[in-house]
Amino acid sequence: MTTAGSTTDRADDRSRVEERPASAAPLLELRGITKRFGAVQALTDVDLVVPAGQVTALVGDNGAGKSVLIKCIAGIHHPDGGQIYWEGRPVHLRTPRDAAALGIETVYQDLALCDNLDIVQNMFLGREKTRYTLLDEENMELSARETLSSLSVTTVRSIRQPVASLSGGQRQAVAIARAVLWNSKLVIMDEPTAALGVAQTRMVLDLVRRLAQRGLGVIIISHNMNDVFEVADRIAILHLGHLVATGPISEFDRETVVDYMAFGRSERRKRNSEPTVAEQ
Amino acid sequence: MSQIDDDRLVTDAEVEEGATDFSALPVPAELVADSLPAYARAWFARLRAGETGKLPVLVGLLIIAVIFQTLNSKFLTAGNLVNLLVQGAVYMLLAMAEVYVLLLGEIDLSAGFVAGIGGVVCAELVKTDTGWPWWAAVAAALGVCAVIGLFQGTIITRFGLPSFVVTLAGLLGFQGVMLRIIGTGGTLPIQDKVINDLANANLTATASWIVMAGIVAAFCAVTWLRDARRRKSGLVAPPASFTFVKIAAAIGAGVIVVLICNRDRGVLAPIRGVPWVILIVLGVLTAWTLVLGRTKLGRYIYAIGGNAEAARRAGVSLPGIRTIAFMLASFTAGIAGIIYASRLRSVSTNLDGGTLVLYAVAAAVIGGTSLFGGRGKPIDAVLGGIVIAAIDNGMGLQGFSAASKFIVTAIVLIAAVTIDSLARRGTTTRR
Ligand SMILES: Nc1ncnc2c1ncn2[C@@H]1O[C@H](COP(=O)(O)OP(=O)(O)O)[C@@H](O)[C@H]1O
Ligand SMILES: [Mg+2]
Repeated sequence: MTTAGSTTDRADDRSRVEERPASAAPLLELRGITKRFGAVQALTDVDLVVPAGQVTALVGDNGAGKSVLIKCIAGIHHPDGGQIYWEGRPVHLRTPRDAAALGIETVYQDLALCDNLDIVQNMFLGREKTRYTLLDEENMELSARETLSSLSVTTVRSIRQPVASLSGGQRQAVAIARAVLWNSKLVIMDEPTAALGVAQTRMVLDLVRRLAQRGLGVIIISHNMNDVFEVADRIAILHLGHLVATGPISEFDRETVVDYMAFGRSERRKRNSEPTVAEQ
Repeated sequence: MSQIDDDRLVTDAEVEEGATDFSALPVPAELVADSLPAYARAWFARLRAGETGKLPVLVGLLIIAVIFQTLNSKFLTAGNLVNLLVQGAVYMLLAMAEVYVLLLGEIDLSAGFVAGIGGVVCAELVKTDTGWPWWAAVAAALGVCAVIGLFQGTIITRFGLPSFVVTLAGLLGFQGVMLRIIGTGGTLPIQDKVINDLANANLTATASWIVMAGIVAAFCAVTWLRDARRRKSGLVAPPASFTFVKIAAAIGAGVIVVLICNRDRGVLAPIRGVPWVILIVLGVLTAWTLVLGRTKLGRYIYAIGGNAEAARRAGVSLPGIRTIAFMLASFTAGIAGIIYASRLRSVSTNLDGGTLVLYAVAAAVIGGTSLFGGRGKPIDAVLGGIVIAAIDNGMGLQGFSAASKFIVTAIVLIAAVTIDSLARRGTTTRR
């Protein structure tokens, strides 16, 4: 059975999906996702399981299709083929709002923050609380403060500073906190540490771990093998639009992952589980 | 140190030990200070960080006042000051119109002639042979202006055209429409008493005191309740002493304005009291400050000006909000147009909407509104409008020509944007 910790096997999954109780269903499951842009085949038959309470690292070379894949999950792109299952139910994500309604939040590579607004205003942008049609600043500030302190990244005194005055890591933290504020169940991050220094990367990775501890599912795209091995519970490797390997991080080492990323296969995989789709 | 170099957001414990460090952040002073001295420190820290706030325009006003007063002792008389505010009302209103679109990083070049249309429609409707009551004429004029804004905003957002070009076409087109309506006579006189009173009548001295007391009391109540609510909810709130200072300042300002306005400034017959038009400007200022500062619409206008893509991803409808902003700008321009017409008791083909709108943009920018969007407030427009009116008035007293007025206004405008950009250079702000 496909539960957190075992390697995906497509044929097995498909035969058993109907008899699976809803509670055992993974948070998110992709089956046979295909996406074309004209002549470019960005994704081919991608199967992926994203369990709750775990960090799934999505890796691959430039142009492998990582961003396209998460945009399909975030409702920005519409797959040409395949099916997305959310908590075991098939879903159609037509817009980012559909995804948000399910509890899927995306933290974008180019942080979607407004420099001229403060932390609270950014966290609530688009979903402001109001009282008699006027903005309820106190209420929003209290919620924002609570969320930030539950992630241990808060100060009560600087929560009203414009995000323009924050460091890169702090901005990333605000963007992540913004995603968490909405009782989201799955947080997707596209290269959250790409532009950060060592200490700031630390802070963001800690934050990512804390999200998983809270029971959220996390998908994190990263180019940095150190980050991946530090933070991830599971790994999924894309190569030219194919998902060439996926499974618990313990079954992989750096060389294996690099092999998969570069060539789409590896001779070195630790053989303690069933073969992956691509190897069959 | 003017920013947190720490890689984490600072924890509560660090806040306790390092409270003074926090005053070095470019954070609104009232949010980090819990005593008056701390407030002053926070304020200076913001200043050093390039967040100059209203300081440049207030200092500028002071310099202008000193210069013109030394040149001509009539400048600071009660009569002239009131006159100056009344003259500046049209600039202030038009500049408030412009703030809506400047916040988006857009511009509205048509506002001057849209104001003209507002004045003309109002004048036409209160003519004796049309005979509309004054309030219906005003409502219709503002409605027409709002529709114009809706139309221009729709073209700009739906077809993705630059606002500069669309409103430039508006500047030309609505000038044509205005001239057409006014016709060959060249002047459209206004006989309606209420319309003419809008820019020319004053409250009685007693009424001035009562109205100003009401306004100040309302301001004090709102300020006190808001600060008290923040203190109660456990959020960082300004110290009570600072709330008192704000309230005292408001009372002081109210008393001074009424004292000045209640001095007899008449030449033949006595004239005293607060002009209606000052109340109209105050009313528009309050309404637009509320809309921009305390509603979703206002928040989205700032968000779009700061980072349109972020706003879009947050689910904000960019075309919708942008169109509404253009509509509110034209609506406000309509108010300015009615005041303009009221002041002259007529609308004529001499109305120069091109110069008016450029003065309005200049006023907003002098007051501290950014041309790149995301930064600015209605109060900026009012302060900038006062600067422009003061230059106009002071140089007029000295008998300078229009040519010299233009040149000096240009210098002040350049000085204002230069000071702002120098203050911001090398700050923590990444814009
Ligand atoms: N909107 C688009 N239109 C056309 N081609 C696209 C689009 N987005 C991505 N692609 C193509 O899809 C492939 C995968 O891209 P992407 O997912 O961005 O790669 P990465 O793994 O580096 O994030 C690339 O060949 C890219 O050129
Ligand atoms: Mg990418």
